[in-house]
Amino acid sequence: MKSGRVKLPGQIERYTFSERVVHWIAGGGYVYLLLSGLAFFSSHFYWLASLLGGGLAARVWHPWVGLLFVIAVVWMHHIWRRDMRLTEADRAWSKALWHYIRNEDSNVPPAGRFNTGQKQFFWLMYFGGILLLVSGLILWFTEYVPWNWRAVRSFAVLVHVVVALLTVGGFIVHIYMGTLVVRGGWGAITQGTVSETWARAHHRLWWNEITGDATAKNDSLLLEPTDRTS
Amino acid sequence: MAGGTLELRRISASKSPAPGIRQMPTVTKYIDTTTCIGCKACEVACQEWNDLPAETTVQIGTYQTLPDMTANFWNLIRFAEYENGGLHWLMRKDQCMHCEDPGCLKACPAPSAIVQYMNGIVDFQQDHCIGCGYCITGCPFNIPKFHNKTKKVYKCTLCVDRVAVGLEPACIKACPTGCLQFGTKSQMVQLAHHRVEQLKNQGYSQATVYDPPGVGGTNVITVLAYGDRPDAYGLPRNPTIPLAVRLWKDVLQWLGNLSIVGGLIIAALHYLRFGPKAVKEEAQAAESGDEI
Repeated sequence: MKSGRVKLPGQIERYTFSERVVHWIAGGGYVYLLLSGLAFFSSHFYWLASLLGGGLAARVWHPWVGLLFVIAVVWMHHIWRRDMRLTEADRAWSKALWHYIRNEDSNVPPAGRFNTGQKQFFWLMYFGGILLLVSGLILWFTEYVPWNWRAVRSFAVLVHVVVALLTVGGFIVHIYMGTLVVRGGWGAITQGTVSETWARAHHRLWWNEITGDATAKNDSLLLEPTDRTS
Repeated sequence: MAGGTLELRRISASKSPAPGIRQMPTVTKYIDTTTCIGCKACEVACQEWNDLPAETTVQIGTYQTLPDMTANFWNLIRFAEYENGGLHWLMRKDQCMHCEDPGCLKACPAPSAIVQYMNGIVDFQQDHCIGCGYCITGCPFNIPKFHNKTKKVYKCTLCVDRVAVGLEPACIKACPTGCLQFGTKSQMVQLAHHRVEQLKNQGYSQATVYDPPGVGGTNVITVLAYGDRPDAYGLPRNPTIPLAVRLWKDVLQWLGNLSIVGGLIIAALHYLRFGPKAVKEEAQAAESGDEI
């Protein structure tokens, strides 16, 4: 199933059923990994383990859920790698990041199916997931690492901590943007559909592509700070 | 797995102070490698007192019981041949060193799974252990051993249950040559220095007491005849808690926690200042017009 079909008048399919399923396997898995991982990371967060049935259960399940998460992310890579490719247009978008943050969207170049921030988040989770898997396997089977190879253990601890923290940063931005900032994002990733206006406003190049309308008009449909004050 | 709450000096993964208020002298095990005859009585005594099952061994071509300690075997006489003009057999009793600043306890993420008593004994509390193995990474002496069936970690307890009732550890009790002694740290250090003087007078000019300062000293101190070569006995020259564990616990933990809280605050402030990306009213109206 390819996204982009018009389902109801004015409604466009943004994510297919299988795209939503894989997103939520990864998302649900990540939340578990975050809560249990924070408990192991710092004693300030150990109480989180009690939400997951205690430290022992969290310790047992964390690596298995980690495997599930990496499988989901690799699957996402399989279905989205073309849409996620960073292009020349993304460089221009990155330069306008400050405008995007300040909701000055008429100064932000139009985005394709995914905007640059979404692409960067995807690649952070993809490469981060691989590094977390490799270091995590060493930590999972730490007792089998020979004494003369103990530097590998130290290295794994550092990689796992640093990469995990980077993904937490990306995760906070992702949740905040997807639920509070870009209204309609939640409906897109749960119900699968967005309005035509939403598609034109947030992902104009994608909308042009699926409607076959090549005239990329540059009028932003989003409210600007100046619109509010006037 | 014994000893009272009032005797806890340090607790793993706990920000609040440990509840120990009882004053106790630091206890120390003294090991003299120069008078050890390698009889393994201490190994047997350890197995018997702690009621540990026998381990199947393999022939490794030396006078050593097992290649390494295991979760069921906490006390190993290490054997090494050392050439220094002549050939010397080195026998060193290996077990947990009961560091003053234990790397295992620092690395442990489970509250109360590793404790240090007022008398300096470092003990694993298996009922709080989550089996993550970070203590294995934290230990500079390769001591904690993971049990594949119980998924917990084990090591020498310094016979905390015997010491608590005024007895000496089982290995000390069994030693036939007196190369193992037990007492307060100051007594044992005094005894060790006396022995080092004797050795120096006998021509062992490099004789020394192994009590490494990198881990704050250990409550197992070892007299070495060839003190310039601790590595010949299988001892690290200057053991410290691994850098990765110190970076994690002393730097990254604070950095990470502050960044997470900071990120949430920034997101909240952003929402209050800029709010959502809203579609213009006229565009919205045009759309609903289409639909109706």
